[in-house]
Amino acid sequence: MLPVLQIGPLALQTPGLALLLGLWLGLTLAEKNAYRRGIHPDVLYNLVFLALIAAAIGARLLYVLRYPGAFIASPVSLISLNPGLLDPLGAAVAGGLAALAFIQRKKLPGWPLLDALTPLLSVVMLALGFSHLASGVAFGAPTNLPWAIDLWGASRHPSQVYEILAAALILAWVWPSRSRWQNATPGVVFLIFLAGSAAARLFLEAWRGDSLILFAGLRSAQIAAWLALAGSLWALHKLRLHPTAVENHLTAQ
Amino acid sequence: MLFRPLDSRAFCSYTSHMFSPSWQRLAPYLILIGGLVWIFASRADPSQTTASPPVAQAGFRAPDFSLRTAEGEIITLSELKGRPILINFWASWCPPCRAEMPAFERAYQAWQDQGFLILAINATQQDSVDQALAFAQEYGLSFPLLFDADGQVYRNYQVRSLPTSFFVDPQGVIREVVVGGPISEALLHVRVEQLLKSPFLERP
Repeated sequence: MLPVLQIGPLALQTPGLALLLGLWLGLTLAEKNAYRRGIHPDVLYNLVFLALIAAAIGARLLYVLRYPGAFIASPVSLISLNPGLLDPLGAAVAGGLAALAFIQRKKLPGWPLLDALTPLLSVVMLALGFSHLASGVAFGAPTNLPWAIDLWGASRHPSQVYEILAAALILAWVWPSRSRWQNATPGVVFLIFLAGSAAARLFLEAWRGDSLILFAGLRSAQIAAWLALAGSLWALHKLRLHPTAVENHLTAQ
Repeated sequence: MLFRPLDSRAFCSYTSHMFSPSWQRLAPYLILIGGLVWIFASRADPSQTTASPPVAQAGFRAPDFSLRTAEGEIITLSELKGRPILINFWASWCPPCRAEMPAFERAYQAWQDQGFLILAINATQQDSVDQALAFAQEYGLSFPLLFDADGQVYRNYQVRSLPTSFFVDPQGVIREVVVGGPISEALLHVRVEQLLKSPFLERP
Protein backbone atom coordinates (compact mmCIF):
# COMPACT_ATOMS: atom_id res chain seq x y z
CA MET A 1 0.00 0.00 0.00
CA LEU A 2 1.32 3.40 -0.96
CA PRO A 3 -1.36 6.02 -0.30
CA VAL A 4 1.04 8.95 -0.56
CA LEU A 5 4.03 9.47 -2.80
CA GLN A 6 6.21 12.11 -1.21
CA ILE A 7 8.29 13.93 -3.82
CA GLY A 8 10.13 16.72 -2.03
CA PRO A 9 7.47 19.04 -0.62
CA LEU A 10 4.77 17.45 -2.78
CA ALA A 11 2.54 14.76 -1.26
CA LEU A 12 0.93 13.01 -4.25
CA GLN A 13 -2.18 10.99 -3.44
CA THR A 14 -1.62 7.76 -5.37
CA PRO A 15 -5.28 6.55 -5.24
CA GLY A 16 -6.40 9.73 -6.99
CA LEU A 17 -3.53 9.49 -9.46
CA ALA A 18 -4.53 5.92 -10.37
CA LEU A 19 -8.07 7.08 -11.09
CA LEU A 20 -6.91 10.04 -13.18
CA LEU A 21 -4.58 7.78 -15.16
CA GLY A 22 -7.43 5.31 -15.68
CA LEU A 23 -9.71 8.07 -16.87
CA TRP A 24 -7.13 9.31 -19.37
CA LEU A 25 -6.21 5.85 -20.70
CA GLY A 26 -9.85 4.77 -20.83
CA LEU A 27 -10.95 7.88 -22.66
CA THR A 28 -8.09 7.49 -25.14
CA LEU A 29 -9.07 3.87 -25.81
CA ALA A 30 -12.74 4.79 -26.15
CA GLU A 31 -11.97 7.67 -28.51
CA LYS A 32 -9.77 5.48 -30.73
CA ASN A 33 -12.58 3.00 -31.14
CA ALA A 34 -15.57 5.33 -31.19
CA TYR A 35 -15.84 5.16 -34.99
CA ARG A 36 -16.52 1.42 -34.78
CA ARG A 37 -19.79 2.35 -33.00
CA GLY A 38 -20.59 5.19 -35.34
CA ILE A 39 -19.75 7.89 -32.79
CA HIS A 40 -17.37 10.75 -33.52
CA PRO A 41 -14.44 10.73 -31.03
CA ASP A 42 -14.77 14.46 -30.37
CA VAL A 43 -18.42 14.00 -29.42
CA LEU A 44 -17.43 11.27 -26.98
CA TYR A 45 -14.71 13.45 -25.47
CA ASN A 46 -17.04 16.43 -25.11
CA LEU A 47 -19.71 14.28 -23.48
CA VAL A 48 -17.30 12.85 -20.88
CA PHE A 49 -15.71 16.23 -20.22
CA LEU A 50 -19.07 17.94 -19.77
CA ALA A 51 -20.37 15.18 -17.49
CA LEU A 52 -17.23 15.34 -15.32
CA ILE A 53 -17.38 19.13 -14.97
CA ALA A 54 -21.10 18.98 -14.14
CA ALA A 55 -20.47 16.15 -11.66
CA ALA A 56 -17.77 18.14 -9.84
CA ILE A 57 -19.99 21.24 -9.62
CA GLY A 58 -23.04 19.22 -8.58
CA ALA A 59 -21.06 17.34 -5.94
CA ARG A 60 -19.81 20.55 -4.34
CA LEU A 61 -23.16 22.30 -4.66
CA LEU A 62 -25.10 19.55 -2.89
CA TYR A 63 -22.45 19.39 -0.17
CA VAL A 64 -22.82 23.16 0.35
CA LEU A 65 -26.60 22.82 0.51
CA ARG A 66 -26.29 20.03 3.08
CA TYR A 67 -23.83 21.92 5.29
CA PRO A 68 -24.41 25.65 4.61
CA GLY A 69 -23.15 26.70 8.05
CA ALA A 70 -19.67 25.37 7.37
CA PHE A 71 -19.37 27.42 4.18
CA ILE A 72 -20.87 30.58 5.69
CA ALA A 73 -18.13 30.33 8.33
CA SER A 74 -15.49 29.70 5.66
CA PRO A 75 -16.57 30.91 2.18
CA VAL A 76 -13.13 30.22 0.73
CA SER A 77 -13.83 26.48 1.24
CA LEU A 78 -16.27 26.72 -1.69
CA ILE A 79 -13.31 26.41 -4.04
CA SER A 80 -11.33 23.97 -1.89
CA LEU A 81 -9.84 21.06 -3.82
CA ASN A 82 -10.50 18.73 -0.89
CA PRO A 83 -12.44 15.68 -2.19
CA GLY A 84 -13.98 15.28 1.27
CA LEU A 85 -16.20 18.26 0.45
CA LEU A 86 -17.99 16.50 -2.41
CA ASP A 87 -21.33 14.72 -2.31
CA PRO A 88 -21.48 11.54 -4.50
CA LEU A 89 -25.24 11.87 -5.04
CA GLY A 90 -24.80 15.43 -6.31
CA ALA A 91 -22.10 14.20 -8.68
CA ALA A 92 -24.28 11.40 -10.05
CA VAL A 93 -27.38 13.58 -10.54
CA ALA A 94 -25.59 16.59 -12.08
CA GLY A 95 -23.27 14.46 -14.24
CA GLY A 96 -26.17 12.28 -15.43
CA LEU A 97 -28.43 15.22 -16.23
CA ALA A 98 -25.68 17.05 -18.12
CA ALA A 99 -24.90 13.91 -20.11
CA LEU A 100 -28.57 13.35 -20.93
CA ALA A 101 -29.01 16.96 -22.05
CA PHE A 102 -25.94 16.67 -24.29
CA ILE A 103 -27.18 13.37 -25.77
CA GLN A 104 -30.61 14.83 -26.51
CA ARG A 105 -29.18 18.01 -28.00
CA LYS A 106 -26.79 16.12 -30.29
CA LYS A 107 -29.41 13.43 -30.99
CA LEU A 108 -26.91 10.68 -30.19
CA PRO A 109 -28.01 7.03 -30.46
CA GLY A 110 -28.18 5.54 -26.94
CA TRP A 111 -26.97 1.96 -27.36
CA PRO A 112 -24.03 2.68 -29.71
CA LEU A 113 -23.01 5.48 -27.35
CA LEU A 114 -23.05 3.16 -24.34
CA ASP A 115 -21.00 0.64 -26.34
CA ALA A 116 -18.53 3.38 -27.27
CA LEU A 117 -18.21 4.34 -23.58
CA THR A 118 -17.63 0.74 -22.44
CA PRO A 119 -13.82 0.80 -22.92
CA LEU A 120 -13.67 3.91 -20.72
CA LEU A 121 -15.85 2.32 -18.03
CA SER A 122 -13.82 -0.90 -18.12
CA VAL A 123 -10.48 0.86 -17.74
CA VAL A 124 -11.86 3.03 -14.91
CA MET A 125 -13.00 -0.14 -13.10
CA LEU A 126 -9.46 -1.48 -13.43
CA ALA A 127 -8.01 1.81 -12.20
CA LEU A 128 -10.42 1.73 -9.26
CA GLY A 129 -8.88 -1.60 -8.23
CA PHE A 130 -5.39 -0.08 -8.34
CA SER A 131 -6.68 2.93 -6.42
CA HIS A 132 -8.02 0.61 -3.71
CA LEU A 133 -4.73 -1.28 -3.67
CA ALA A 134 -2.80 1.97 -3.19
CA SER A 135 -4.98 3.25 -0.37
CA GLY A 136 -5.70 -0.09 1.33
CA VAL A 137 -9.46 0.50 1.39
CA ALA A 138 -11.94 -2.13 0.16
CA PHE A 139 -9.84 -4.57 2.19
CA GLY A 140 -10.36 -8.30 2.52
CA ALA A 141 -11.58 -10.50 5.35
CA PRO A 142 -9.00 -12.17 7.61
CA THR A 143 -7.72 -15.49 6.27
CA ASN A 144 -4.87 -17.96 6.65
CA LEU A 145 -4.60 -18.72 2.93
CA PRO A 146 -1.03 -18.80 1.53
CA TRP A 147 -1.66 -15.73 -0.66
CA ALA A 148 -3.00 -13.61 2.22
CA ILE A 149 -1.48 -10.16 2.65
CA ASP A 150 -0.69 -8.39 5.92
CA LEU A 151 -2.94 -5.36 6.06
CA TRP A 152 -4.49 -3.33 8.86
CA GLY A 153 -3.30 -5.59 11.62
CA ALA A 154 -4.29 -8.96 10.14
CA SER A 155 -3.56 -11.46 7.36
CA ARG A 156 -6.28 -10.74 4.83
CA HIS A 157 -7.63 -11.77 1.45
CA PRO A 158 -5.99 -9.52 -1.17
CA SER A 159 -9.45 -8.32 -2.18
CA GLN A 160 -8.01 -5.40 -4.15
CA VAL A 161 -5.97 -7.85 -6.26
CA TYR A 162 -9.09 -9.97 -6.87
CA GLU A 163 -10.82 -6.78 -7.97
CA ILE A 164 -7.99 -5.92 -10.38
CA LEU A 165 -7.94 -9.42 -11.88
CA ALA A 166 -11.71 -9.43 -12.42
CA ALA A 167 -11.63 -5.97 -14.01
CA ALA A 168 -8.73 -7.01 -16.28
CA LEU A 169 -10.63 -10.10 -17.42
CA ILE A 170 -13.76 -8.05 -18.16
CA LEU A 171 -11.67 -5.44 -20.02
CA ALA A 172 -10.08 -8.19 -22.12
CA TRP A 173 -13.55 -9.63 -22.82
CA VAL A 174 -15.04 -6.34 -24.02
CA TRP A 175 -11.83 -5.07 -25.70
CA PRO A 176 -13.20 -2.89 -28.51
CA SER A 177 -11.10 -4.20 -31.40
CA ARG A 178 -12.08 -7.84 -30.87
CA SER A 179 -13.58 -9.26 -34.02
CA ARG A 180 -16.59 -10.74 -32.21
CA TRP A 181 -17.92 -7.26 -31.45
CA GLN A 182 -17.62 -5.91 -35.00
CA ASN A 183 -21.22 -6.69 -35.97
CA ALA A 184 -22.73 -7.09 -32.53
CA THR A 185 -26.16 -5.66 -31.82
CA PRO A 186 -25.76 -2.17 -30.33
CA GLY A 187 -25.97 -2.37 -26.57
CA VAL A 188 -24.61 -5.90 -26.24
CA VAL A 189 -21.02 -4.89 -25.41
CA PHE A 190 -22.18 -2.48 -22.71
CA LEU A 191 -24.63 -4.98 -21.23
CA ILE A 192 -21.98 -7.72 -21.16
CA PHE A 193 -19.65 -5.31 -19.35
CA LEU A 194 -22.42 -4.47 -16.88
CA ALA A 195 -23.36 -8.11 -16.31
CA GLY A 196 -19.71 -9.14 -15.94
CA SER A 197 -18.93 -6.35 -13.47
CA ALA A 198 -22.06 -7.11 -11.43
CA ALA A 199 -21.28 -10.84 -11.38
CA ALA A 200 -17.68 -10.13 -10.30
CA ARG A 201 -18.83 -7.91 -7.45
CA LEU A 202 -21.48 -10.44 -6.39
CA PHE A 203 -18.87 -13.19 -6.29
CA LEU A 204 -15.88 -11.30 -4.83
CA GLU A 205 -17.77 -9.38 -2.13
CA ALA A 206 -17.81 -12.64 -0.16
CA TRP A 207 -14.13 -12.09 0.73
CA ARG A 208 -14.38 -8.45 1.71
CA GLY A 209 -13.75 -7.44 5.30
CA ASP A 210 -15.53 -4.10 5.14
CA SER A 211 -18.94 -5.05 3.76
CA LEU A 212 -21.94 -2.97 4.71
CA ILE A 213 -24.33 -5.46 6.30
CA LEU A 214 -28.06 -5.03 5.77
CA PHE A 215 -29.45 -7.71 8.13
CA ALA A 216 -28.79 -11.34 9.01
CA GLY A 217 -25.29 -11.03 7.59
CA LEU A 218 -26.49 -10.13 4.08
CA ARG A 219 -24.09 -7.81 2.29
CA SER A 220 -25.69 -4.75 0.64
CA ALA A 221 -23.21 -4.72 -2.27
CA GLN A 222 -24.19 -8.28 -3.21
CA ILE A 223 -27.89 -7.39 -3.26
CA ALA A 224 -27.21 -4.35 -5.47
CA ALA A 225 -24.93 -6.40 -7.74
CA TRP A 226 -27.58 -9.13 -8.08
CA LEU A 227 -30.18 -6.55 -9.13
CA ALA A 228 -27.76 -5.05 -11.69
CA LEU A 229 -26.98 -8.54 -12.98
CA ALA A 230 -30.68 -9.37 -13.29
CA GLY A 231 -31.37 -6.11 -15.15
CA SER A 232 -28.50 -6.56 -17.59
CA LEU A 233 -29.38 -10.22 -18.29
CA TRP A 234 -33.01 -9.24 -18.88
CA ALA A 235 -31.95 -6.51 -21.32
CA LEU A 236 -29.52 -8.88 -23.09
CA HIS A 237 -32.26 -11.48 -23.40
CA LYS A 238 -34.69 -8.94 -24.82
CA LEU A 239 -32.11 -7.56 -27.24
CA ARG A 240 -31.31 -11.05 -28.48
CA LEU A 241 -34.93 -12.08 -29.04
CA HIS A 242 -36.50 -8.77 -30.00
CA PRO A 243 -34.02 -6.03 -30.84
CA THR A 244 -36.61 -3.29 -30.46
CA ALA A 245 -38.18 -4.52 -27.20
CA VAL A 246 -35.77 -2.75 -24.85
CA GLU A 247 -35.96 0.38 -26.92
CA ASN A 248 -39.74 0.43 -26.73
CA HIS A 249 -39.70 -0.28 -23.02
CA LEU A 250 -37.22 2.50 -22.33
CA THR A 251 -38.91 5.08 -24.52
CA ALA A 252 -42.26 4.26 -22.88
CA GLN A 253 -40.91 5.31 -19.45
CA MET B 1 -35.05 8.19 -30.06
CA LEU B 2 -32.21 7.39 -27.69
CA PHE B 3 -32.02 3.63 -27.81
CA ARG B 4 -32.08 2.26 -31.32
CA PRO B 5 -30.76 -1.30 -31.73
CA LEU B 6 -29.62 -1.76 -35.29
CA ASP B 7 -29.23 -5.42 -35.98
CA SER B 8 -29.50 -8.44 -33.71
CA ARG B 9 -28.37 -11.03 -36.23
CA ALA B 10 -24.71 -10.84 -35.26
CA PHE B 11 -25.44 -11.31 -31.58
CA CYS B 12 -27.82 -14.20 -32.25
CA SER B 13 -25.28 -15.97 -34.40
CA TYR B 14 -22.58 -15.25 -31.82
CA THR B 15 -24.45 -16.88 -28.95
CA SER B 16 -26.31 -19.55 -30.83
CA HIS B 17 -23.22 -21.56 -31.68
CA MET B 18 -22.18 -21.69 -28.01
CA PHE B 19 -25.31 -23.13 -26.43
CA SER B 20 -28.44 -24.94 -27.52
CA PRO B 21 -31.60 -22.78 -27.53
CA SER B 22 -32.96 -24.43 -24.37
CA TRP B 23 -29.72 -23.72 -22.51
CA GLN B 24 -29.78 -20.13 -23.74
CA ARG B 25 -33.23 -19.69 -22.27
CA LEU B 26 -32.28 -21.33 -18.98
CA ALA B 27 -28.84 -19.78 -18.45
CA PRO B 28 -29.96 -16.36 -17.10
CA TYR B 29 -32.29 -18.01 -14.58
CA LEU B 30 -29.58 -20.43 -13.47
CA ILE B 31 -27.09 -17.57 -13.06
CA LEU B 32 -29.55 -15.55 -10.98
CA ILE B 33 -30.55 -18.50 -8.80
CA GLY B 34 -26.84 -19.28 -8.34
CA GLY B 35 -26.32 -15.64 -7.35
CA LEU B 36 -29.02 -15.81 -4.69
CA VAL B 37 -27.55 -19.04 -3.29
CA TRP B 38 -24.10 -17.40 -3.20
CA ILE B 39 -25.47 -14.31 -1.38
CA PHE B 40 -26.97 -16.59 1.25
CA ALA B 41 -23.92 -18.89 1.48
CA SER B 42 -21.46 -16.00 1.82
CA ARG B 43 -23.32 -14.13 4.54
CA ALA B 44 -20.91 -12.13 6.67
CA ASP B 45 -19.48 -13.54 9.83
CA PRO B 46 -19.59 -10.62 12.31
CA SER B 47 -16.06 -11.41 13.48
CA GLN B 48 -14.78 -10.86 9.92
CA THR B 49 -16.41 -7.51 9.34
CA THR B 50 -15.81 -6.00 12.76
CA ALA B 51 -12.68 -3.93 12.56
CA SER B 52 -11.26 -5.00 15.90
CA PRO B 53 -7.48 -4.45 15.88
CA PRO B 54 -6.33 -0.91 16.62
CA VAL B 55 -4.94 0.41 13.35
CA ALA B 56 -4.45 3.93 12.01
CA GLN B 57 -7.11 3.55 9.35
CA ALA B 58 -10.68 4.79 9.02
CA GLY B 59 -13.12 2.33 10.56
CA PHE B 60 -10.62 0.92 13.08
CA ARG B 61 -9.95 1.75 16.72
CA ALA B 62 -7.26 4.40 17.02
CA PRO B 63 -3.98 2.97 18.36
CA ASP B 64 -3.43 4.01 21.95
CA PHE B 65 -0.53 6.22 23.05
CA SER B 66 0.75 8.15 26.04
CA LEU B 67 2.69 11.32 25.31
CA ARG B 68 4.01 14.20 27.36
CA THR B 69 2.83 17.79 26.86
CA ALA B 70 5.04 20.86 27.02
CA GLU B 71 3.93 21.30 30.63
CA GLY B 72 5.02 17.76 31.53
CA GLU B 73 1.50 16.32 31.77
CA ILE B 74 1.06 12.83 30.28
CA ILE B 75 -1.98 12.41 28.04
CA THR B 76 -3.23 8.90 27.22
CA LEU B 77 -5.64 8.53 24.32
CA SER B 78 -7.60 5.63 25.83
CA GLU B 79 -8.45 7.79 28.86
CA LEU B 80 -10.27 10.27 26.62
CA LYS B 81 -13.14 7.98 25.59
CA GLY B 82 -16.40 9.85 25.19
CA ARG B 83 -14.76 12.85 23.55
CA PRO B 84 -14.43 13.61 19.82
CA ILE B 85 -10.75 14.11 19.06
CA LEU B 86 -8.69 15.46 16.22
CA ILE B 87 -5.20 13.96 16.26
CA ASN B 88 -2.89 16.08 14.13
CA PHE B 89 0.75 15.25 13.30
CA TRP B 90 2.78 18.35 12.54
CA ALA B 91 6.19 20.01 12.53
CA SER B 92 7.12 23.67 12.83
CA TRP B 93 9.03 23.72 9.52
CA CYS B 94 6.06 22.36 7.53
CA PRO B 95 4.21 25.19 5.64
CA PRO B 96 0.79 23.44 5.37
CA CYS B 97 0.97 22.66 9.12
CA ARG B 98 1.47 26.35 9.76
CA ALA B 99 -1.37 27.23 7.39
CA GLU B 100 -3.95 25.01 9.08
CA MET B 101 -3.18 25.75 12.74
CA PRO B 102 -5.25 28.98 12.98
CA ALA B 103 -8.32 27.03 11.76
CA PHE B 104 -7.64 24.35 14.39
CA GLU B 105 -7.42 27.00 17.10
CA ARG B 106 -10.73 28.55 16.00
CA ALA B 107 -12.40 25.11 15.97
CA TYR B 108 -11.02 24.30 19.42
CA GLN B 109 -12.30 27.59 20.79
CA ALA B 110 -15.72 27.00 19.24
CA TRP B 111 -16.31 23.43 20.42
CA GLN B 112 -14.05 22.66 23.38
CA ASP B 113 -16.91 23.30 25.80
CA GLN B 114 -18.79 20.43 24.09
CA GLY B 115 -15.90 18.05 24.68
CA PHE B 116 -14.00 18.47 21.39
CA LEU B 117 -10.26 18.05 21.84
CA ILE B 118 -7.29 18.53 19.53
CA LEU B 119 -4.12 16.57 20.22
CA ALA B 120 -1.36 18.15 18.15
CA ILE B 121 1.48 15.63 18.06
CA ASN B 122 4.77 17.20 17.14
CA ALA B 123 7.02 14.96 15.01
CA THR B 124 9.86 15.81 17.37
CA GLN B 125 12.35 13.53 15.63
CA GLN B 126 12.11 15.85 12.62
CA ASP B 127 11.74 19.05 14.64
CA SER B 128 13.00 20.61 17.85
CA VAL B 129 11.05 21.25 21.05
CA ASP B 130 12.20 24.88 21.15
CA GLN B 131 11.04 25.62 17.62
CA ALA B 132 7.76 23.80 18.25
CA LEU B 133 7.10 25.87 21.38
CA ALA B 134 7.98 29.11 19.57
CA PHE B 135 5.56 28.08 16.81
CA ALA B 136 2.77 27.43 19.34
CA GLN B 137 3.39 30.80 20.97
CA GLU B 138 3.40 32.59 17.62
CA TYR B 139 -0.01 31.15 16.72
CA GLY B 140 -1.44 31.36 20.24
CA LEU B 141 -2.37 27.67 20.35
CA SER B 142 -4.33 26.68 23.44
CA PHE B 143 -4.91 22.96 22.77
CA PRO B 144 -2.46 20.33 24.05
CA LEU B 145 0.83 19.97 22.18
CA LEU B 146 2.33 16.51 22.54
CA PHE B 147 5.94 15.59 21.83
CA ASP B 148 6.64 12.28 20.11
CA ALA B 149 10.34 12.26 20.98
CA ASP B 150 11.20 8.74 19.78
CA GLY B 151 8.82 8.72 16.77
CA GLN B 152 6.98 5.62 18.03
CA VAL B 153 3.49 7.13 17.70
CA TYR B 154 4.39 8.58 14.29
CA ARG B 155 5.34 5.04 13.16
CA ASN B 156 2.30 3.39 14.79
CA TYR B 157 0.04 5.80 12.94
CA GLN B 158 1.91 5.10 9.69
CA VAL B 159 2.28 8.80 8.99
CA ARG B 160 3.85 9.28 5.56
CA SER B 161 3.34 12.97 5.09
CA LEU B 162 2.99 16.07 7.28
CA PRO B 163 0.48 17.23 8.24
CA THR B 164 -1.75 14.19 8.72
CA SER B 165 -4.99 14.38 10.71
CA PHE B 166 -7.18 11.68 12.23
CA PHE B 167 -10.79 12.36 13.24
CA VAL B 168 -11.58 10.03 16.16
CA ASP B 169 -15.14 9.55 17.41
CA PRO B 170 -16.15 9.31 21.11
CA GLN B 171 -15.85 5.52 20.95
CA GLY B 172 -12.22 5.80 19.91
CA VAL B 173 -12.81 4.77 16.29
CA ILE B 174 -11.05 6.67 13.49
CA ARG B 175 -13.71 8.13 11.20
CA GLU B 176 -11.50 9.86 8.65
CA VAL B 177 -7.84 10.31 7.82
CA VAL B 178 -6.76 13.48 6.02
CA VAL B 179 -3.28 13.26 4.55
CA GLY B 180 -1.66 16.56 3.65
CA GLY B 181 -2.94 20.04 4.19
CA PRO B 182 -3.92 22.67 4.89
CA ILE B 183 -7.22 21.09 5.82
CA SER B 184 -10.29 22.90 4.54
CA GLU B 185 -11.99 24.82 7.36
CA ALA B 186 -15.42 23.76 6.09
CA LEU B 187 -14.38 20.10 6.23
CA LEU B 188 -13.13 20.61 9.79
CA HIS B 189 -16.43 22.27 10.69
CA VAL B 190 -18.56 19.47 9.18
CA ARG B 191 -16.51 16.60 10.63
CA VAL B 192 -16.44 18.03 14.16
CA GLU B 193 -20.20 18.62 14.09
CA GLN B 194 -20.69 15.03 12.88
CA LEU B 195 -18.52 13.69 15.72
CA LEU B 196 -20.44 15.80 18.24
CA LYS B 197 -23.69 14.09 17.19
CA SER B 198 -22.39 10.72 18.44
CA PRO B 199 -24.68 9.09 21.04
CA PHE B 200 -21.54 8.08 22.93
CA LEU B 201 -20.51 11.69 23.52
CA GLU B 202 -19.81 12.51 27.16
CA ARG B 203 -20.06 16.22 27.82
CA PRO B 204 -17.39 17.56 30.18
